[in-house]
Amino acid sequence: MIDWMNWTPSVAIFFAVIACILVVMTVYEIVSPCSERKGFLPIATTRGDRLFIGLLSAAYIHLTFLAVSDITLWVALAVSVAWLLVLMRWG
Amino acid sequence: MQKTPNNKAWFLVLPVFLLVAFSALVPLMTVVNYSVQDIFGPGQGFFVGTEWFKEVLSDERLQNSLVRQFLFSGAVLLIQIPLGIGVALMMPKSGIKSSVCLILLAIPLLIPWNVVGTIWQIFARGDIGLFGWSLNALGFEYNYTRNTLDAWLTVLLMDVWHWTPLVALLCYSGLRAIPEAFYQAAEIDRASKWAVFRYIQLPRLKSVLIIAFLLRFMDSFMIYTEPFVLTGGGPGSSTTFLSQTLTTMAIGQFDLGRSAAFSLIYFLIVLLISWLFFTAITHADKEK
Repeated sequence: MIDWMNWTPSVAIFFAVIACILVVMTVYEIVSPCSERKGFLPIATTRGDRLFIGLLSAAYIHLTFLAVSDITLWVALAVSVAWLLVLMRWG
Repeated sequence: MQKTPNNKAWFLVLPVFLLVAFSALVPLMTVVNYSVQDIFGPGQGFFVGTEWFKEVLSDERLQNSLVRQFLFSGAVLLIQIPLGIGVALMMPKSGIKSSVCLILLAIPLLIPWNVVGTIWQIFARGDIGLFGWSLNALGFEYNYTRNTLDAWLTVLLMDVWHWTPLVALLCYSGLRAIPEAFYQAAEIDRASKWAVFRYIQLPRLKSVLIIAFLLRFMDSFMIYTEPFVLTGGGPGSSTTFLSQTLTTMAIGQFDLGRSAAFSLIYFLIVLLISWLFFTAITHADKEK
């Protein structure tokens, strides 16, 4: 399966994690539907909005790490996850 | 009466979802996959991690075309939005005249991109083109194949000619949606023409303008065919915008890994800006 179109394990893990996040969020939404609220972000957001903002900013965090430093990307990942959690809770 | 939420209707979206998955998601995943590999041929890919991204981020050629792209999109918006509003304000409000204006305005929008490029390529030529020949006859040294500034002006002029009508049509529809009572109230208050524009028309055009802004930004940010046909990206690489750089890299040099990394960054920029505009639009709607 993974040989098809030269899939590499890291990319497979990447998309599997994103798919898992989407499934978990869907189930979470069905179990306890969220409502729009206002946190520290300038706009009122739903849970899905905050996830999107978190994922998009994670991409930019990784690119910034790559562009300006030689630090391993695991640090960028840790920063992104921390940021995502903060965003989901208080955003 | 308590309504029970029934989400089964979502299943009706399933076919579209599958189609989009096949035509957009899987190719996007493939691009992500290629961006971490060095591809030599079918079945000959080597995992290189984030090397391409690092290289692309520090590649001067790409940085330059990114700067050019932002300059171009900025110039396009700065010219087309005010011009479009102006044209819409000057158009007749009703009757046969307005229909004629609408049709005339819509004509450039109906012409395919490559034809627009060809039209302008001939139109701007110094020897046989009306525009280029006239400029030269008037004593200007105009040559869009040799002079960077001339090339830029020609590409911008072409885009303004091609796409300002879209902005004008959007603004026109926005203006027609303003109830007459607003104008009557302004007349009673003896509001000046400028005050009517500033306090009635402009605020009422807000949501239409955001859409025009978004459409024009995205379109100009991904422009490929017109400058490719008109100048071929030259002179030098002065009118080589992002998508042309990307195409040259991906198809010309077959540098799949590097161009995949580059297109992902391109995609992220587009995604961020569209999301900002989208949020602005939905926010403006909610305020209403």
